[in-house]
Amino acid sequence: MLRFALTRIVMAIPTLLIVAVSVFVLIRLIPGDPASLMLGDLATPASIADLRARLGLDQSLPTQFGIWFSHLLKGDLGISINSQEPILPLILSRFWVSAQIVLVAVFFASLVAVPAGVIAAWRQDTTLDLGLVGAATLLLSIPTFWLGLLLLLFFGLKLEWLPVVGYVSIGDDPWRGIIYLIMPILTLFLHEIGVILRMARASTLEVLRLDYITHARAKGLSEGAVLWRHAFKNAFGPTWTLIGLVLGNLLGGIAVVETVFTIPGLGRLLVDSIFARDYPVIQGCMLFVAFCYVLVNLVIDLCYPIFDPRVTAQ
Amino acid sequence: MRLPAFNALIGGGLIGGLLIAAGTGALWTPYDPLKLSFREKLAAPSAAHWLGTDEFGRDVLSRLMAGAATSVWISLLTVALAVIFGTLIGLFSGYVRGWVDRVIMAFNDALLAFPGILLALGLLAVVGANKYGIIVALGIAYTPSVARIVRGTVLSLREKEFIAASRVMGNSEAFTMARHILPNCIAPLTVLATSMFGYVLLAESSLSFLGLGVPPPAPTWGNMLAGARPYIGQAMWLGIFPGLCISLTLLGINLLGDAVRDRLDPRMRGMR
Amino acid sequence: MSAGNPVSESKPLLAVSNLTLKIGASGKTVVNDVGFSVSPGEIVGIVGESGSGKTLAARAIMGFVPPAVKLVSGSILFDGDEITTMAPKRLRAVRGSKVGMVFQEPMTSLNPSMMIGRQLEEGLALHRDLNAAGRRALILDMLRRVGLSDPEGALHAFPHQFSGGMRQRIMLASVMLLKPALLLADEPTTALDAVVQRDVMELMVDLTKENGTAVLLISHDLGMVARYCSRIVVMSQGDVVEQGAADDILARPQHPYTRKLLAAMPLRGLARELPQAKTPIVAVRDLVVDYPGRQRFFRKSAPKRALHGISLEVRPGEVVAVVGGSGSGKTTLGQSIAGLVKSSGGEILFNGKPIFKSETAYWDYRLNCQMVFQDPYSSLDPRMSIGELVTEPLRLVPGMRAAEKKARVAEVLAEVGLGNGFAERFPHELSGGQRQRVAIARAVVRRPSFVIADEPVSALDVTVRAQVLELFAELQRKHGFSCLFISHDLGVVEQVADRVVVMQEGRIVEEGSRDQIFDDPKHAYTRKLLSAVPGLESSGDGGVRLFWRLGEPDTVQPKSG
Repeated sequence: MLRFALTRIVMAIPTLLIVAVSVFVLIRLIPGDPASLMLGDLATPASIADLRARLGLDQSLPTQFGIWFSHLLKGDLGISINSQEPILPLILSRFWVSAQIVLVAVFFASLVAVPAGVIAAWRQDTTLDLGLVGAATLLLSIPTFWLGLLLLLFFGLKLEWLPVVGYVSIGDDPWRGIIYLIMPILTLFLHEIGVILRMARASTLEVLRLDYITHARAKGLSEGAVLWRHAFKNAFGPTWTLIGLVLGNLLGGIAVVETVFTIPGLGRLLVDSIFARDYPVIQGCMLFVAFCYVLVNLVIDLCYPIFDPRVTAQ
Repeated sequence: MRLPAFNALIGGGLIGGLLIAAGTGALWTPYDPLKLSFREKLAAPSAAHWLGTDEFGRDVLSRLMAGAATSVWISLLTVALAVIFGTLIGLFSGYVRGWVDRVIMAFNDALLAFPGILLALGLLAVVGANKYGIIVALGIAYTPSVARIVRGTVLSLREKEFIAASRVMGNSEAFTMARHILPNCIAPLTVLATSMFGYVLLAESSLSFLGLGVPPPAPTWGNMLAGARPYIGQAMWLGIFPGLCISLTLLGINLLGDAVRDRLDPRMRGMR
Repeated sequence: MSAGNPVSESKPLLAVSNLTLKIGASGKTVVNDVGFSVSPGEIVGIVGESGSGKTLAARAIMGFVPPAVKLVSGSILFDGDEITTMAPKRLRAVRGSKVGMVFQEPMTSLNPSMMIGRQLEEGLALHRDLNAAGRRALILDMLRRVGLSDPEGALHAFPHQFSGGMRQRIMLASVMLLKPALLLADEPTTALDAVVQRDVMELMVDLTKENGTAVLLISHDLGMVARYCSRIVVMSQGDVVEQGAADDILARPQHPYTRKLLAAMPLRGLARELPQAKTPIVAVRDLVVDYPGRQRFFRKSAPKRALHGISLEVRPGEVVAVVGGSGSGKTTLGQSIAGLVKSSGGEILFNGKPIFKSETAYWDYRLNCQMVFQDPYSSLDPRMSIGELVTEPLRLVPGMRAAEKKARVAEVLAEVGLGNGFAERFPHELSGGQRQRVAIARAVVRRPSFVIADEPVSALDVTVRAQVLELFAELQRKHGFSCLFISHDLGVVEQVADRVVVMQEGRIVEEGSRDQIFDDPKHAYTRKLLSAVPGLESSGDGGVRLFWRLGEPDTVQPKSG
């Protein structure tokens, strides 16, 4: 078990390294000179050269990477060109906003979709199954930004139950904070139900065909015990992996939902930085999200033996 | 009716409709999708403008048709790009194996560590937000997943006895690759390409919605939704129709994808 | 045991009558008006090939009719109660406590994520009024009884930590814990290695006898069923074609299908006289194969030696059989001689010339050595037509014109009995036996002088197997190719081989003529292999007689499998 954990952890290191190099290279490929951009209209050749020297841009690429990477290891992602703020605290504050939406939405979506998927598989090809799969496919097919707009139109503008746009930190005012988060969370919740339900159903179907399910029934166990004790635990592995992927993908794709509801999250920070050509921030956001993604998947992997003890025994 | 047949029928119908709309939209639209007409701005659906007009008085139906043409064209090219490069990388990696394979796959997996649209966002910053920039960015972003699947298929095919049979016959590795392995990758690639068309169309719409896609005034479903957002309270149709188009297209792709999967690869049934 | 008791007079434990099952969607009848009975403590066998409906009929007894299948008519009386109309709750009370079930595939019949102890406890907790300590004592007792060396440790172990044979013992323990009145055993030893098959089977018989449990044994293996059952039910295509006392069925089969089934049992033919040739067609000298260690992080794990210096010769026209259990290295040997696995030592000589030393010798060998694989579903490229598949080996024959190729393919397809119209079909349109005929056609189309056959009939049904073996022998006589015949099935080997090589753990432990090996085995492992499966011999007039090679077994020692 310990060996399994260590192997997985060590295996993530080269991935993280390559991720760092890719992001660094990608940002250097962007056309245009950061120094002249930063100085804007006031630039003179001398001031540009001066700033380039200060930013280390006059060094060779490997040297630049070395400096950047050593700063990265210390948690220093540099300074935003636009706001002159240090980037890591900026990202962390935005990340918190996005993370609470994503985590809450995925948690509740799993809570609903996993049992529903198991039941759909159990009742395969019945009206109940067709209904659940149909609903899931429909939810899956609605893009979050449109679903968000529809919710906003309905609950915000027509019924006027919820505020249309904006964000209040839960730390400042818990009640209003929650009110503002309901619609974005509901949007992601509905969408991910579709994704997770289909996976839970598919992997349960795989398991239900196997002999040990018949064996469990042949012992005289009730259908509930067969499903819960024997089918669910073995079928949950692939869904669990999917939930990890969903978490990571949402962090990358949440920008559209944040745009609909004008929430100052991580996705919006990245998009705004792309518009503003704030390279260090783009770089920082990409790195941060990719690292989170690798980390989430690592944690998911490390929990996997709970559902399938065979993986530790390779 | 059996479910796969039902899925294929509805999915095929929706995608057929999309292709017809896109094909028509590329050649002819009821009105010029770019022509401004401030007298008719934010007009509700009527006999003259079936789906109403937008904040600049442009005909929504015409814009949706033109947008369909753009989206389908971008998605097809992107899928083609990703499938071609991904297949080449995957075949090569699965063919050479050994440390070359490990290095290629280490890079591939690192690229896969950027969740979906993030890599495309980063690449867009490099190549520029326009029609061809999107194709390149999304194409590159989706190549690693194709490469991974093709390599996996190659490796599992290698274990099959008919590959051993080919080697016993005295066929060279390259001949075996071309004659036996590549043709047997086509079924999983079809399944993948079908669902990828959906992902790409969604990604393209999302980018356009964020303002990082095809720049206005050229219409896409995504930038139409973005443009509609401020007016959604007074002109609901602006927010409804483009989203409905995207949703129906994705629904069609999902249903069609399920049907294709059931037909070509029963083992992958119901997976994403 | 005394096979062939007349049906006991007491009330039957299980009485199935007029059972008819149809597939809901297509209306195809899969079990047709089937009736049989099982008395308390009796062992009854259902024999049939795939598609005979034997498994469906047996599963219906527990109320396991798949959703796609409809019960059209019939009654299943267990202990006087009707199963087909029983309320789910009462049915569940019968399952496990009164009727138990053992499955074919030990790899999937235990829950991989649940500890053995908990899996065994489930049934007890449900059906017996015992406290935890009482359950534990019973379980430990039973695990010891089925031959586990460390029952305490097994309680907290997962199924993947045991071998197939061990899992099947655990499965038996799980079922027999509740001392059911009837045990349904669906091919309980088919997936196991030959050497442990008999041990597991004898364990099952002993355990059920101890507890007075009746057994319904479902199998394709007539020999095994005949050995253990007092009565046999023969099924074909959903019908019961014949049933009666085991001895009667074997000695005096009435129905044509039963006769066909018996005729399909492999039998030893006369030893062949082969022309003495100076040079063997293929000679293997000190062949060593190592499987490289798995690449871990910073180091490679140590390589595993699969073959420890194998030497053997195959003379022109000779069929040499390689036998051994799983892990004996027999498949690796075949693959290595075929050039599919790199050897790390030793040499292969073809017609006296070492093939690794010169390009011409290598290509001479490459064109003359062909192979038939085990699984006809994986050995044919699914995207090629039969004609294309059989033509492909001719591509590398120097100087062969297209017309000649076409004629040769047509000739070979006719030889394997796939003459008219099969060339345009695709593998998925063919049955398993037909596919294996294609595989044989592909192997012989180049008129090779040496063919390696790796378990060529083990995936086929009994009667199909007999036909394919017949075809193979006929082609071998006609074209005179030599053959290395790899198999775990001693019956088949006894029928086809001139000479037999016995392998264990990557080494040859014994070799000799077929009659020497089968009649006078020297090595302990050979004796063990031979004593594991019953043999059959013809008794004339269409019947067969069952016998144990090397006499009746010693008392069976449960040991790790």
